[in-house]
Amino acid sequence: MTMITAKPNQFKGYSYLLILLSGMILYACTQGQSKNTGLSKSMKDHSKTKVFGEMVAELTSPPHVPPPIGNRPAMKLYMEMEIIEDEMVMADGVSYVFWTFGGTVPGSFIRARVGDEVEFKIKNHPNNKLPHNIDLHSVTGQGGGAEASFVAPGHEKTFSFKLINPGLFVYHCATAPVGMHIANGMYGLILVEPEGGLPPVDKEFYVMQGDFYTEGKFGEPGLQPFDMQKAYDERPDYVVFNGSVNSLIGENALQAKAGETIRIFFGNGGPNLASSFHVIGEIFDKVYVEGGDQINYNVGTTLVPAGGAAILEFKAEVPSNLVLVDHSIFRAFNKGALGVISVTGEKNNKIFAGEIMEGIYLPEGGTIQKMPVDGSKVTQPSPMNKSELIEAGKKIYMQACFACHQSNGEGVANAFPPLAKADYLNADVNRAIDVLLNGLSGEITVNGKKYNSIMPSQQLKDEEAAAVLTYVYNSWGNNGTHVTPEMVSKRRKK
Amino acid sequence: MRKIFLLLAGLFLINNASAQQSNMALVKGGIYTPLYGIVEQSEVKIRDFYMDINPVTYADYLEFVNKNPKWQKSKVSKLFADGRYLSNWENDFSAPKEFLDKPVTMVSWFAAKAYCECQGKRLPTVDEWEYAAMASASKKDARTDILYNLSILRSYEEPKTFMKSVGLSKGNFWGIKDMHGMVWEWTQDFNSIILTGESRNNGNTDAGLFCASGAIGAKDMMNYAAFMRYAMRTSLKANYSITTLGFRCAKDTP
Repeated sequence: MTMITAKPNQFKGYSYLLILLSGMILYACTQGQSKNTGLSKSMKDHSKTKVFGEMVAELTSPPHVPPPIGNRPAMKLYMEMEIIEDEMVMADGVSYVFWTFGGTVPGSFIRARVGDEVEFKIKNHPNNKLPHNIDLHSVTGQGGGAEASFVAPGHEKTFSFKLINPGLFVYHCATAPVGMHIANGMYGLILVEPEGGLPPVDKEFYVMQGDFYTEGKFGEPGLQPFDMQKAYDERPDYVVFNGSVNSLIGENALQAKAGETIRIFFGNGGPNLASSFHVIGEIFDKVYVEGGDQINYNVGTTLVPAGGAAILEFKAEVPSNLVLVDHSIFRAFNKGALGVISVTGEKNNKIFAGEIMEGIYLPEGGTIQKMPVDGSKVTQPSPMNKSELIEAGKKIYMQACFACHQSNGEGVANAFPPLAKADYLNADVNRAIDVLLNGLSGEITVNGKKYNSIMPSQQLKDEEAAAVLTYVYNSWGNNGTHVTPEMVSKRRKK
Repeated sequence: MRKIFLLLAGLFLINNASAQQSNMALVKGGIYTPLYGIVEQSEVKIRDFYMDINPVTYADYLEFVNKNPKWQKSKVSKLFADGRYLSNWENDFSAPKEFLDKPVTMVSWFAAKAYCECQGKRLPTVDEWEYAAMASASKKDARTDILYNLSILRSYEEPKTFMKSVGLSKGNFWGIKDMHGMVWEWTQDFNSIILTGESRNNGNTDAGLFCASGAIGAKDMMNYAAFMRYAMRTSLKANYSITTLGFRCAKDTP
């Protein structure tokens, strides 16, 4: 646009134009040179890459990943996968008949190298009711192998292909009705590493999102049948990582140490929803966008389409529980799309010091403040009686607490402990006050179930803390304790 | 007078026939449009026929192999039955006891066909099977009944239904039992869709069953259930002997 404003009838104008043009050319060149090369160092044609030797490929179930290919040449790879239809756990007390590649949702992780020639055997278990097949997005050929691998129950099929594009790809079943086969869990990831492999990291994980459609609502107990109408309307009851609400939380949380570099192979099986994938408390140093060659740096949330994947890398700098979510956030807190990487190790106050100090914020700088009366904050300095505390506490609860503990106090299974009829709460009021003031982390047992997550300390005044605790103690079958601001103040000074 | 005589004769024949066809139900023919089609599907005319009320059981099949040794487990030609044929039988003469009243499975198409022929019957065609199977307890054609379709879909998802006993469920409009929710069933022309290149995508039959058009065309539940049956049939070869696949016989009306 600047060129148009330059005056071409003046020498000076020409020189500007030249400078501008040369600048643009230079810019264009550097653009070309500094192109983010991710998986493949060049656009080499791997269809003619020679193979040396052969081996049986190791496939792993989630969240595990087979060892890196390192420096090995392209080889002939043999791999086998068994299709199993089986009833498994979707959430506590909720089961579902999953259709699986290898007995897990997502299916077994496949790791290969560009140029590899794969002989793939697919076995359909004799007790299965349905025929199945596999469409690997990494395969160049009819249906990604769907037609060649179409197999009746109690039979097996072998087909072969050459991997000519590096990247992280989804595979899935493509037997009619395709949507139903995918909705029941028939998807997984295949990683095709470039020559020389991906750069080494300390930890690698395999996480895949999927949406599920059950006749009963989220959490409704029992064996839940697939609901075709909800699938058709794209209204899932469950959005989960690795096939279950519980697969990456509690004792199943992924483990890492502070200072370790972490790579997540993240896929989205769908069938319907795209994922706004985010790790709470971390920033992706690198995202291999859509699992391809382009690398983006310093990303907070990355979008992963249904039937797509991305490779995410970051360094776990400080000890904390990193929370994996689909940042379409109701899915995370209400439908199960939540996982945890538990990072242990030494604190590093330079990176994260926690709360340093608390002060009073006076936005208008004056001496006399008139606090807005919007009914949502407890601003009355005069002491409140029990019923006033309860009323005020309810409002605070609905702002600060309900997202995790839920408006009915029942919490979220395995992630956030219940407050309703909670033994942990009713046993010790001072402990409850401490938790509110100082936060709580580490394993606790509430009503016989273990929870291991983090509650941050709540920035509440004594009256507010007293109000919300009194509300909680006088709701949902709890013991009716009346918590006064004085009790809170005492604990604060300890 | 002659007309009346013919009518009476006809009635007699029907009565006589139905008396003879014990354990079979008469299905009155009609014209219907099968749901496997996506587009350009024409109507199909079904003539009256008889169909077994129950799927063939292990007990029935045991009797058959006792009379026809060439279909015994150890004697069967490998061309006509694969390695899984009757694989849960201890030997040629004893079907697993706890399975006697359950639908026989792990039988090939050749074996099923031979069985029916020995009874003076035949396997039903795909169209006949689908025609009889679209009936609910109260309606000849229940394909628009959402609840009926849901129950079919659900039964397809239920695991290990091949271990149910035959005849315990309520019959459909024709009195036929267990067409859904127990085992898949062989049909005479199970592979005809593939062989004839049935009017789909200019003869590209796969498209209808594998991918895109499978999604485009399938708007209602019944299509989904039908898709599952057609997908299953398409995956078969005539020598396959599968744990979740049995059969029943049909017969022309005189």
